[in-house]
Amino acid sequence: MSEAEIYAGLQEIFRDVFLSDDIELRPELSAKDVPGWDSFKQIDIILAVEEKYRIKLNTRELDSLQNVGDLVRVIAAKTGG
Amino acid sequence: MTVLYWLPEIEDWRGRLRALGNNPEAAWEQAVGLANSRLDFIRTNALDQTLLKIVGDTPPKSLGTKPIRLALLGSSTMAHLHPAIRVAGLRRGLWISIYENDYGQYWQELTDPSSALHEFKPDVVLFALDPHHLAAGVGAALDKTEAEHAFEEVRDRIRECWRLAREAFHCPVIHQAPLPLHPTVLGNNEHRLPGSRQALITRLNHALRALAEEDAVDLLALDARAAIDGLKAWHDPALWHRAKQEISPAAAPMYGELLVRLLAAKQGRSAKCLVLDLDNTVWGGVVGDDGLEGLVLGQGSALGEAFVAFQEYARELSRRGVILAVCSKNDEANAVEPFEKHPEMVLKRHDVASFVANWNDKASNLRAIAEELNIGIDSLVFVDDNPFERTLVRRELPMVAVPEVGDDPATFAQTLADAGYFEALTVTEEDRARGQQYQGNRQRERLKASTTDLDSYLRSLEMELIWRRFDKVGLQRTVQLINKTNQFNLTTRRYTEEDVLAIMENSRAFGLQLRLLDRFGDNGIIAIVIGKMNGAEDLVIDTWLMSCRVLGRQVEATTLNLIAETAKRLGARRLIGEYLPTKKNGMVKDHYAKLGFTVVDSREDSGSRAVLELPTFAPAATFITVTEA
Repeated sequence: MSEAEIYAGLQEIFRDVFLSDDIELRPELSAKDVPGWDSFKQIDIILAVEEKYRIKLNTRELDSLQNVGDLVRVIAAKTGG
Repeated sequence: MTVLYWLPEIEDWRGRLRALGNNPEAAWEQAVGLANSRLDFIRTNALDQTLLKIVGDTPPKSLGTKPIRLALLGSSTMAHLHPAIRVAGLRRGLWISIYENDYGQYWQELTDPSSALHEFKPDVVLFALDPHHLAAGVGAALDKTEAEHAFEEVRDRIRECWRLAREAFHCPVIHQAPLPLHPTVLGNNEHRLPGSRQALITRLNHALRALAEEDAVDLLALDARAAIDGLKAWHDPALWHRAKQEISPAAAPMYGELLVRLLAAKQGRSAKCLVLDLDNTVWGGVVGDDGLEGLVLGQGSALGEAFVAFQEYARELSRRGVILAVCSKNDEANAVEPFEKHPEMVLKRHDVASFVANWNDKASNLRAIAEELNIGIDSLVFVDDNPFERTLVRRELPMVAVPEVGDDPATFAQTLADAGYFEALTVTEEDRARGQQYQGNRQRERLKASTTDLDSYLRSLEMELIWRRFDKVGLQRTVQLINKTNQFNLTTRRYTEEDVLAIMENSRAFGLQLRLLDRFGDNGIIAIVIGKMNGAEDLVIDTWLMSCRVLGRQVEATTLNLIAETAKRLGARRLIGEYLPTKKNGMVKDHYAKLGFTVVDSREDSGSRAVLELPTFAPAATFITVTEA
């Protein structure tokens, strides 16, 4: 899967999680940029990602996520993209 | 898997969510529809947040149910479960306000009368003590005596929680069975290790069944559910370490379902009747084309055995009080034939209380079934293998539950069980006898048809009304009737067990339960009356409700005679009857006027008050003998 495809899929998840059509994902976007992105929303996002891409992120991977770009890289690596 | 797979997928979900609008009443109605679709946890959260923004924290005016104040008392994180609980309520038209204790503070809040919990005044309390919390201090190092002591301590602490909650809030208590999530230390024979945490939780869950019985607590059986879905679908150790969530957010929609089924059952809002299509639902093949001999049913083929298994499940439901009905597109003679002649049929004609086979559309036939059985159309569950019929019924009758059963009969029974439509808290004698009662109804109808005038019909029924005061034996049935009767119900006041117990203890009030017998059998408890003295001379009829099954049989007038007599014993000189209109109780609008009351105050929207002077009241003569039990 290409990074562009992953961004498009993630965009959908973010819009559903934050109930906003305005969110535009970019690599450097992180929790401090999006109102309401707390640790619980973070879990919701990860679970939705795991379900959508049928992958599982381990505790080390989760701890290392700093921004959207990191998440996209982990997904790409796990889906063989 | 914790997917709500029996609910249909909905088209353009996002568009419909965004189109909920700003009007709270309209948005609530629309949202009920959205909630009745296959929502995962993200959509559940989205629906909940969107609706909260529109509706705020007060229930919509059109809400036909009693709002619920639910306190979650837990030892770990539960905030991620609130949306799914509210949405499961929404699915059933229930409004649920939730309070959750500050993290880890359930005991302190329970014992402190000035806590926010006490201020919240819950009308139902759920204890959700997680397995790590319960097993703290237990481990493989303990010997048998120490382990036994630890078990007793945990068990007694739970009971003390129940007692404290009851004492403080006089409300029902639900206890969540902890998930057996500790990895085993010994293995298959884990129970041989006295200090095993896993064994402690398993043993506790076993013990909870008996304890909950003794203390009249209801269980939220997560352990049993996890055995079906797999523990890993319910619990993720990584999320426990990260956020102290015993329940994975992905399982939240199913969690909300399980919990709210209990709450709905407490309000008497579980479904009552299973309506079955026939061809390819109850047997394989089309009886009109394939004939009796051509049906796939019974031993010899996997498909035939699957249909038998489904019929057996339907019969099990029926034996514990679910009414069975048939709704089939067939000539009636063809449809009935297998019930009477096919040797492999588990269901017999007499198991089916309402049998409708014709060529009308199924929505009309479902209406006719509800009418014949005198139950609300929202208490029907319709099983049909044909997606076209399912879609049609959902569109015409959104209040009828129509599970996505698929086309493999091998899965029908588990689908119905997973969907939980018929959640029940107890089985009363009434439930067991229900099938026979509907049988008797048909015999009565036949007698009516053969008797020319009403008086001789009523006389020939040899009716006996047996009444008794509210008592603990009849408590469950009383509460069930108070909460589920919608049509013949003058005030539609809903009461809990605790409310009914309070009436039993009030010397200036009375509660009556009435049973009707006739030559065809026992109709069961068919009416409930609650009277309360107001001042020295007025007896207010707080509640008067009756089962529609016994309409037109002089039960109303006979009941009034009984009320008048009971009221006089309390010193009353006047009866005050109230009618509070709802969407469903229009049939009793003129109830008191018909019985000879003087209507003193009548308004279109707020109902009416009527008065009956007792000193001049002459009891009506009826064909019903009245006996005190």
